[in-house]
Amino acid sequence: MIETSGLRKSFRSREGRRTKTVDAVRGVDLKVAEGEIFGFLGPNGAGKTTTLRMLATLIEPDGGEATVAGVDLRKDPAEVRRRIGYVAQGGSTWDESTAREELVLHARMYGINKADAHRRAARALDAFQLTEYADRRCKTYSGGQRRRVEIALGIIHEPRIVFLDEPTTGLDPQSRAHMWDEIRRLRADGVTVFITTHYLEEADALCDRIAITDHGEVVAEGTPTELKREISGDVVLVGLDAAATPQAAQLLDGEPYVNKLETVDEGGLRLYVDEGATAIPQILRRLDTADLGLRSIELHRPSLDDVFLTKTGRSLRES
Amino acid sequence: MKFARDTWLIFQRQLHLLLRNPIWVFVGVFQPVMYLLLFAPLLKPALNAPTQAAAYKIFVPGLLVLLAIFGGLFQGFGLIAELRAGVIERSRVTPVSRLALLLGRSLRDVVSLIVQAVIITLLALLFDLRVALVDLLLAYLMLALIALMTSAVSYGIALKVKSEDALAPLMNTVAQPVLLLSGILLPLTFAPGWLQGVAEWNPFSWAVDGTRALFAGDLGDDRVWQGLGIIAVLAAAGVVWAARQFARSVR
Ligand SMILES: Nc1ncnc2c1ncn2[C@@H]1O[C@H](COP(=O)(O)OP(=O)(O)OP(=O)(O)O)[C@@H](O)[C@H]1O
Ligand SMILES: [Mg+2]
Repeated sequence: MIETSGLRKSFRSREGRRTKTVDAVRGVDLKVAEGEIFGFLGPNGAGKTTTLRMLATLIEPDGGEATVAGVDLRKDPAEVRRRIGYVAQGGSTWDESTAREELVLHARMYGINKADAHRRAARALDAFQLTEYADRRCKTYSGGQRRRVEIALGIIHEPRIVFLDEPTTGLDPQSRAHMWDEIRRLRADGVTVFITTHYLEEADALCDRIAITDHGEVVAEGTPTELKREISGDVVLVGLDAAATPQAAQLLDGEPYVNKLETVDEGGLRLYVDEGATAIPQILRRLDTADLGLRSIELHRPSLDDVFLTKTGRSLRES
Repeated sequence: MKFARDTWLIFQRQLHLLLRNPIWVFVGVFQPVMYLLLFAPLLKPALNAPTQAAAYKIFVPGLLVLLAIFGGLFQGFGLIAELRAGVIERSRVTPVSRLALLLGRSLRDVVSLIVQAVIITLLALLFDLRVALVDLLLAYLMLALIALMTSAVSYGIALKVKSEDALAPLMNTVAQPVLLLSGILLPLTFAPGWLQGVAEWNPFSWAVDGTRALFAGDLGDDRVWQGLGIIAVLAAAGVVWAARQFARSVR
């Protein structure tokens, strides 16, 4: 659905008397399949918004190629616009108009007739739980309500692809969960969703595939599971009394699914396995052959932060 | 067809928002009315006009042109607020015509100017101003073209500078010489020769002369079609240039 190669963009900005060039995006290659939720994960200033704005025809790339929804971005930006929806990071509603007016206007800017635009607006208001505020001015909305209006605007014309720039920033956990449901529903309807986020949990829980970016480059790409597995597989912590630990170590050492085994000082084992979900039952069965007094068993998965850490040497949580 | 529809869509939206805030209508009429009531009485003696009505025939067209120029030039501020709110970017991702994004807004400005002009004309009628309907309509056409041009230029510049801080001094700098060199408040017939020579290069000076000729009932005066022609060409150029700013990437 989206394919880019070598997409580049630099900005010139004035700093005092000198002009400085910022390479915001330096050669991004992406492939987004139809009907998936693709996450663009990266710290502030990584170039996520700039990439999105290029793909949404808002700024022209300095170099590189891209096809969006089967259309060449450079050759026919107007056709790209017809096929996509875009929700900006910084908001897009007008204080003095109401959610309903904004939705109707936006639908009509896509060429939808008046009656249909009103129908769609009503449906969108309902889907995003906005009906209650629909005819109040946008300036009276809470941040989360406003964000929901903006997302609704981005999909009012039922595009094949929608770009969402940090859709859940500023939402409370409940609204975020609701937003995730909405995004999943879009996928169920066959829409390709391209979202940016700097929330690891969001990329992990919501996205089918992600690209991790830093300083304008993609440093890793794949499904969240693949990316994490690439790092180290899972860790299973087995809680045991110190006395029982050596025997347990003996039982599990050399089992094919255990990549590495460490004993924990206060008692217990740390097992490195490829996939915890399949390893744990086998570990339990194996330990069951002797009465060792198992206290706990825990699965630790490497997080996307670990992925980011290995690729860039920094933690995403810190940057 | 699509272009006309898009323009109408944007125009409706902008007009709707304007009417929602009626304070603007009030402000827009209040100032010129003050000019009419408080400044115009000084004119009869100053212009050495035979009657009050004759003084109004000179002053009212100038006042209307002044309104058209300033009303238009300061529209850019509203656009900067829209830029900041993300409304322009949101419009630019849709296939809506870029020319319509500009023209819808500028036409709203033209309409609000014409409403002001009508109110002022009606008031001036109370002071014995008399104008033939054809002349008046042609004068309104002139005003509409002026407002179209100045508001388009203002929008274009707003899209370029993107900040009120830059727009305000810029507009004042443009507006001041335009105002002084157009004989808007007092006809340049009183001006020394060199000043008249400079004013020849000011298109608004032609517009003011043309409008005055219309109010005086001289439909056949060359200045009428010359003024209309000059302003029409400039308005078209301003609209094309500003629409291009809408099409170009913002930021
Ligand atoms: N118009 C501009 N002029 C100058 N520099 C810019 C401009 N737009 C973006 N940049 C710079 O380009 C870089 C990438 O910015 P971008 O907005 O794409 O980051 P981002 O990944 O979206 O970050 P965030 O998570 O904070 O939204 C930053 O260093 C930013 O300062
Ligand atoms: Mg961003």
